[in-house]
Formats: sequence, structure tokens, C-alpha cells
Amino acid sequence: MVVNCEVVWREISNYLEGDVEQSLRLAMEEHIHGCERCAAVLDGTRNVIQLYGDERMLEAPLGFGRRLQHRLEENMPRSRRNFLGWIVVGAAASLVAGVIEVARAAIFSRPELRSEHAQPGNGVPPDMEVVVSKDGKLFHRQGCPFIHDKAHVETMTAHEAMREGYAPCVRCMKQYLSNA
Amino acid sequence: MPGEATLTDPAVQDYEERLIRRIRDGEHDLFYELVRPYEGRVYSAAFSILRNEHDAEDVSQEAVLKAFRHLRQFRAESRFSTWLIQITVNEARMRIRKQLAHMTEPITDHEDEEGNYTPRDFADWREIPSETLERKEVRQLLAEALASLGEKYREVFVLRDMQHLSIEETAQTLGITTGSVKTRLLRARLMLRDLLAPGLGGSWSSRLSFEKGTKPW
Repeated sequence: MVVNCEVVWREISNYLEGDVEQSLRLAMEEHIHGCERCAAVLDGTRNVIQLYGDERMLEAPLGFGRRLQHRLEENMPRSRRNFLGWIVVGAAASLVAGVIEVARAAIFSRPELRSEHAQPGNGVPPDMEVVVSKDGKLFHRQGCPFIHDKAHVETMTAHEAMREGYAPCVRCMKQYLSNA
Repeated sequence: MPGEATLTDPAVQDYEERLIRRIRDGEHDLFYELVRPYEGRVYSAAFSILRNEHDAEDVSQEAVLKAFRHLRQFRAESRFSTWLIQITVNEARMRIRKQLAHMTEPITDHEDEEGNYTPRDFADWREIPSETLERKEVRQLLAEALASLGEKYREVFVLRDMQHLSIEETAQTLGITTGSVKTRLLRARLMLRDLLAPGLGGSWSSRLSFEKGTKPW
């Protein structure tokens, strides 16, 4: 199969989606290889997809979250927890607080966690490969959508991450955390 | 497509399903926790369609409230984020229709969807490092180029290439065929390339890498 520029331009989007048959794909690749203009169109289109597809394009303005939360609170019925429920919650909270106190005493020599709210990751397999961002407080599985700053991440083992004071992400490491 | 794998992370989906169950059972204050990771996506979807910061924020809040009120209708076969974005896009489109209804002259879209589009003949525009996006002026440039596209191209591009919905999900959200999604997506991508290549491929990247030599523009 031989294709011309028009066919390449018409199919370039499908080509980038992986949505063309093999014979057409090969013919397009052969054409693009010898055609500077089509090569430029392909590169440019790929750049467009890559740049706009980046998470940094999805930014909310400063204070957006706070205002959203406020609007939600104003418009939502209150949480349906009855009095007995609150007693249970209260009891559970003091139990957890007690456990944390004991745990804190037990791990006194451990490095301080970067976040005071984080749970220690004792249940995470120490040789598991994890990623951290330098300014972050947590370590994650590769690909976790909650990574703080995806542009500056470092890979290390869970053991190393914990030694440096990172705490496990409660989402992607959930299965290893006892009271998540 | 980049980013897609992370969004299907089973651990996240599992976490969200549990949250949703608890919210449905009455723990309403957990709803913000569920939505919080997608704030930026919701706002940017609304903004890309409305092109106005005030409307975008208002529509985002409306959409999130709507999602809360209809949480029982959410089916776990789709991702929560996709569902939320679909609601947001619908709210934004309704707001535009309302605004247009107040205008005396209806705006008609004259752009021809079916005709072939000839991309402009630029020399090359190779590798733009994604670090360029750290620069606010670059993000601004991209947002302006997107805002200049006709509505039907913008909607498809936003859903597919920025929000990473599938072709089918995009078609379903907009109420058009997958064929139309593909045609509009092609046109949107080529138009954006034509709009951006002179700036990003020329002056922008030559400031980044001087060895590229002079360009004709």
C-alpha cells in the first residue's frame, strides 16, 4: 500500500490512538519517513497530545477547594450519625490514640515522620519499590494518582523511604495499613 | 494514552467504592474527601468549555453538588472521576445554552466538520520537554490556543486528550457518534498544532535549545 500526504493527515489522529490497521500503519510510517512535512505534522500533533494531556494543565485556582468545601457544607444534610454512633466513634478514637501512644513509645528511636498525621508503614514489605517526591511527605506505588509532584520523583525501597521519614500513602498502600 | 493507567489503579477504585458506600449510608461529610483529588480536573473541564473563571467555579460547585445528590445513580462499572467529569461537562454546556438563549442573535457554528483539513507547512516542531509546562506563560499560551477553537472541537479535545476519557465515553457524554468524536479530535489536534507550532516550536524552543538553528519564522 502506498499513501500520500492527504491520507496521512486524515489518519494521523487515529494513528496516534493506535487505531489503524497494520497495513495502513506501515504505509503511513514509510511515507512519513520520507516526507519532512508529514514528519513535522506527526511530531507536532504528538506534542499537542503530550502537553495538553499533562496533569499540570488541570489546575484549579487558589482557594478553590476551600470554597467548594464551604458550598458543600452549606448545601448538604448533616451526616446521619446517631448519638450511639458518636459514642462508638469516640471510644474507637480514644482506643486508637492509646495504641498510637504505645506505638510511639515502642518506636522511640525511629526517625520522625515528615507528616505528623501519617501512619507508620510497618506493614509495607521493606524491599518493595516505591516512589517519593522530594518535597512530599509520603511514599507511593509507581503510578499512584496522589503523588505530590510527579515531575521530581525518586525511586527507592519502602525501607529506605521509611528511614528517610516518608510515610505510606493511605490510598495506594492501603492494603498494608492496619487501621486504614 | 499517558495517565490512563494510573486512573484505573485498583487500589484507588477500591478506596473510592468504600467511601461511596459510607457516604450513601449517611456519612455525607466524606464526600469532599472523595471529590478532592479531582478538583483540578473538574475546574479545568468547566473552564475549558466556559472560558470564564467565575462561571467555571460556579459550574464546578454545581456539578459537585449534583454528583452528591445523584450518588445513588453512580454505577461502579465506570470510574468515579469519569462520571464526575461527565456531570461537569453537562452542567457547563447547559450554562452555555442558557447564556446563548439570552442573546438576540444565535451563534451558529460555521466550521465544516467533514471537509479535509490541510495542516500548515511548518518545518519541524520536535520534542517539547514537558518541563516547559512549569512555566506559567506556556500554560497560558496553551489555554489561549484551546479557547480559540470552536466549541464542538474544544469539547471533544478536552474530554479525550485532557481528561483522558475513552472515545466511547466522550461520544456518550456529548451525545454524538464515535465517528464524529474521531473527526473532531483530528481537527482539534491539527488546529492546535498549527496554532502552537510557530510559538512553541520556534521562539519558545529556540530559547530552550540554541543548537536547533534558525527557523524560517
